[in-house]
Amino acid sequence: MSTIHKSPWLLHYDGSSCNGCDIEVLACTTPVYDVERFGVINTGNPMHADIFLITGGINSQNEAVVKQIYEQMPQPKVVIAVGTCACTGGIFKECYNIKGGADTVIPVDIYVPGCAARPESIIDGVVKGIGLFKEKAEALKAQQKAN
Amino acid sequence: MEMLVTALICLPFLWAIFPALIHHSKCRAFFVYLGCAIVMILSIITAVQWFMAGGQTLNFSLPYQETFGHVFLVGDILLMFFIIYLCAKYKKTIISLLTIVSTVVPTVLELAGPKIPNNYTMRFDYLTMIMVLIIGIVGTLIGVYAVGYMHGYHIHHHKELKDRRSFFLAMIFVFFGAMFGLVFSANLCSLYFFWEITSVTSFLLIGYTRTDEAINNSFKALWMNLLGGCGLAVAISVGYLWYGTVNLFDYIDLVQADPTNIRNMLPIACLAFAALTKSAQFPFSGWLLGAMVAPTPSSALLHSATMVKAGVYLLIRISVAMADNYVGNMVALIGGFTFLAASCLAISVSDGKKVLAYSTISNLGLIVACTGCGYEETIWAAVFLVIFHAVSKSMLFQCVGAIENTTGSRDVEDMQGLIAIFPKLAVILMIGIAGMFLAPFGMLISKWAALKAFIDTTSVYVSTLMVLFICFGSATTMFYWTKWMSKILGASPREKSRDLTKKNEYISMFFHAFMMVALILGFPWLSKHVLKPLSNDMFGTATQVISYQNMIIMIVLLVGIFVVPFVNFVLTKGQKAKQVITYMGGANAGDNFNFVSATGDPKEMHIANFYMEDIMGEKKLFTPAIMISAFIIIVYMIIVIGGAF
Amino acid sequence: MTTTRIIIAVLYVLLAPFVIGLLDGFDRKISARMQGRRGPSVLQPFFDIKKLFEKEFLTANKQQLFMIYSYVFFIVLSGVIFFAGFDLLLVVFSLSTAAMFLILASTSTHSPFSSQGTHRELVQIMSCEPMELLVAVGFYLATKTFNVNEIVMNSTYSNIIYLPGFFVGFVFILTIKFRKSPFDISTSHHAHQEVIKGVTSEMVGKEYGMVTLAEWYENAILLGIVGLFFLNSNPLSVIGAIVAILVVWFLEILIDNTSARVKWQLMLKLAWGVTIVAAGMNLFLLEIIMG
Repeated sequence: MSTIHKSPWLLHYDGSSCNGCDIEVLACTTPVYDVERFGVINTGNPMHADIFLITGGINSQNEAVVKQIYEQMPQPKVVIAVGTCACTGGIFKECYNIKGGADTVIPVDIYVPGCAARPESIIDGVVKGIGLFKEKAEALKAQQKAN
Repeated sequence: MEMLVTALICLPFLWAIFPALIHHSKCRAFFVYLGCAIVMILSIITAVQWFMAGGQTLNFSLPYQETFGHVFLVGDILLMFFIIYLCAKYKKTIISLLTIVSTVVPTVLELAGPKIPNNYTMRFDYLTMIMVLIIGIVGTLIGVYAVGYMHGYHIHHHKELKDRRSFFLAMIFVFFGAMFGLVFSANLCSLYFFWEITSVTSFLLIGYTRTDEAINNSFKALWMNLLGGCGLAVAISVGYLWYGTVNLFDYIDLVQADPTNIRNMLPIACLAFAALTKSAQFPFSGWLLGAMVAPTPSSALLHSATMVKAGVYLLIRISVAMADNYVGNMVALIGGFTFLAASCLAISVSDGKKVLAYSTISNLGLIVACTGCGYEETIWAAVFLVIFHAVSKSMLFQCVGAIENTTGSRDVEDMQGLIAIFPKLAVILMIGIAGMFLAPFGMLISKWAALKAFIDTTSVYVSTLMVLFICFGSATTMFYWTKWMSKILGASPREKSRDLTKKNEYISMFFHAFMMVALILGFPWLSKHVLKPLSNDMFGTATQVISYQNMIIMIVLLVGIFVVPFVNFVLTKGQKAKQVITYMGGANAGDNFNFVSATGDPKEMHIANFYMEDIMGEKKLFTPAIMISAFIIIVYMIIVIGGAF
Repeated sequence: MTTTRIIIAVLYVLLAPFVIGLLDGFDRKISARMQGRRGPSVLQPFFDIKKLFEKEFLTANKQQLFMIYSYVFFIVLSGVIFFAGFDLLLVVFSLSTAAMFLILASTSTHSPFSSQGTHRELVQIMSCEPMELLVAVGFYLATKTFNVNEIVMNSTYSNIIYLPGFFVGFVFILTIKFRKSPFDISTSHHAHQEVIKGVTSEMVGKEYGMVTLAEWYENAILLGIVGLFFLNSNPLSVIGAIVAILVVWFLEILIDNTSARVKWQLMLKLAWGVTIVAAGMNLFLLEIIMG
């Protein structure tokens, strides 16, 4: 029985945002919301992370950084874009330096809308992400078996 | 046997003439190689012949002992005038006082004092054999290394300096002769003569480059060593005046016959004092640090592998007379304190040679502490440390010298990723470092035996302090070696590059590495056939120092250190792994060595080790260390001298 | 007798990860409760380690893997030496040899974060090692042997009565060894995210899993040493030892949750200070008593 979904470690990256979503993500780890009960650890290291959680949009400066961090995460991995900015670029979309949402540079699996996204919806997104994480792990395993 | 010993002492002195007179580089090199080979073979033959003959302690006199006696006497006086001349030349007249005192007093006594019975003047036993082999093998290999090194030194790096290679190589041969003489001598007068020669050669070699720094440091070394010489002189004078003997072993017997008489301890205390200066223990450590300005072969030969061992050699000799008395306590405390203080200081320096210098002082401290304890286990540990330390330190010095000649820097910080750039040098360096603190049979086992013995020491406060010194010293020792090792094994931004190290340097270093491994593997044999008889000679008993059980564990550990990483290396070699770049907050500029800076341009990232200068720095610790150790010495010397009168 | 020793050693190799892993799980649960959270399942550490082994293997330097294997090997070896009742001093030496492999593994990558962590780890080792060696010395003074088996068999009373100072010092450095706050400076166990994950920053998937496993094995040895203070020739003393271990373990969790991280300078000074005062005094007095 696969238990991989019981240990989803999370990496949070804050792009070009107003930091509202940022605060809400941190709120998820507080006693009120306690995401750790799902086994989530908020790690700072892409090498240890399973879920890449992005808040804020992509600008020309953090584009390379986001790509690099994504590359440094081992498979299987899930990307969650939290907040309107991460989904589409949001209020900053038309700025001269903004490229748009996270999906302009890396493949995003789950979109959590909201400005700022509420902790409940973030947790909802993370739980969905965990489900996807399990699916991806199983797919990866099947693929490895096939090879 | 007598002939062999005489040859061993005299030949190097005479051979020194060849390199001194021949100035053609190739021709001189040939004579140096030949001389080294002869000395090495001669020393091995002497040792093996004695060992095969059953390893009985031999007391004997040199043939033409009378003549030699006169030579020593005249030599002493010539040395004195030589030192006075140099002191006058460099306006350090005050130092010449030391040599006058330490030479005139024994000489006058020898000529005018009470006649002493003709006794044996030389002794050959297991300890002598070990020392002869160290000088004969490690020493001569450094001689071979020196030829190549000095070539690179003058041709590639120090074109501004006057080429005095002939002098340098000649001095090395003089030094061989003096060291052989020193370890054979049982008579203190001859011991004193050879002792002074080593001091003077060390002084001359430190001043080799004749820069201001070199000259200052060489005089520092000179006065400290001459001060030690004064200790020897006092011991000789006391022998003439009180006991009618100048034989080292008579002194020891006197103490053993009447352990409570402090009067008999006085000469032992003076000898110990001399040995402490020679072994660069605190408060006399300054000279060894200064000596690092000398070209590397002389650092390897004199200041770590052999000459400083003369001090601990003498201490091992007299250790039976130091068991559980004031002198022993003094020596043990100074040694233990030096072990801790020097290893703390080693953390704060990044110059490779300086790290080695501090670690030499620190290791000598441990050996000195072992001898001061004067128990069977500690002597066992001390002799082991002497052997291991001689080989691995000489190797390390040579390696750092070669690295400096090749890369132009001996700073530890510049050795980042050496394993990728100069794999051969890096491997040698690793073996040396492993031998210093890792290999289960090197430092580790000696520490085990030393700790056990210190707990059993009778004096409560000495015992407590010594245990603390060793425990803390081990921790700091681990720190500075590991961080050096991690530097070498790290990743490197540079590619493999051209190695300027000469072939003869490699011959010497590989031979050392080979000896290191052989020593580790031959450890049980060595313990059984050399160290057991040695302690049998000294203590009359020979017990198994480490239990059979622990021996097994050690072997498992040993196998572990060498085999496990290797096996794992082979096992993991075929592992499929996706290569990624290291994490730098996503700011890598395409690789592991550059990052995108605030201006948007790639910038090289430097990684530096911890040096803890605000806690362990030289500025912070050096002076207090000198004061504390000087205090210990003064207090104990007052007790002993006061008790003697 | 010999069979018992072998059985204990084998049990250590087989069970230590499960026991310590479970303790770790409870640790997280209790910590969560102390903070007013529900916390993860007590089996969480096992889920984590299992996942780590299932992840894709990325590496910045392939040398790292074999050094980590060697690290695990030496930790387990030290544990076997300890639980089979051999020399306590050698256990400490062997542990510090193991630690060296961890350090070499970490610095082989030229990463700023792991390099920072490595040096902090080195400082941690330097802070702890004197006390570890002194514990062995203390047992030798009390029982005249370094041999763990004889230490237990030869004592009629638990050695804690001779070694209270050593015990205090050892419990103090346990906080460092368990990488608990205020001394979690080299790996940051609780996702504080400060300088990422220190010494383990560049260890991916199974490498990190191996290191976690090795830590569990090491913690088993350390808790074993805590127990050794309370063991004596009476088999019933095992109960006392287990209680003591649990109390110390709870104490560490409490300290972890009530203190903030300190700088390494303070850690070094505190650790050495406590070692000298507590263990040094005890050592001195014991020398006097034992003659």
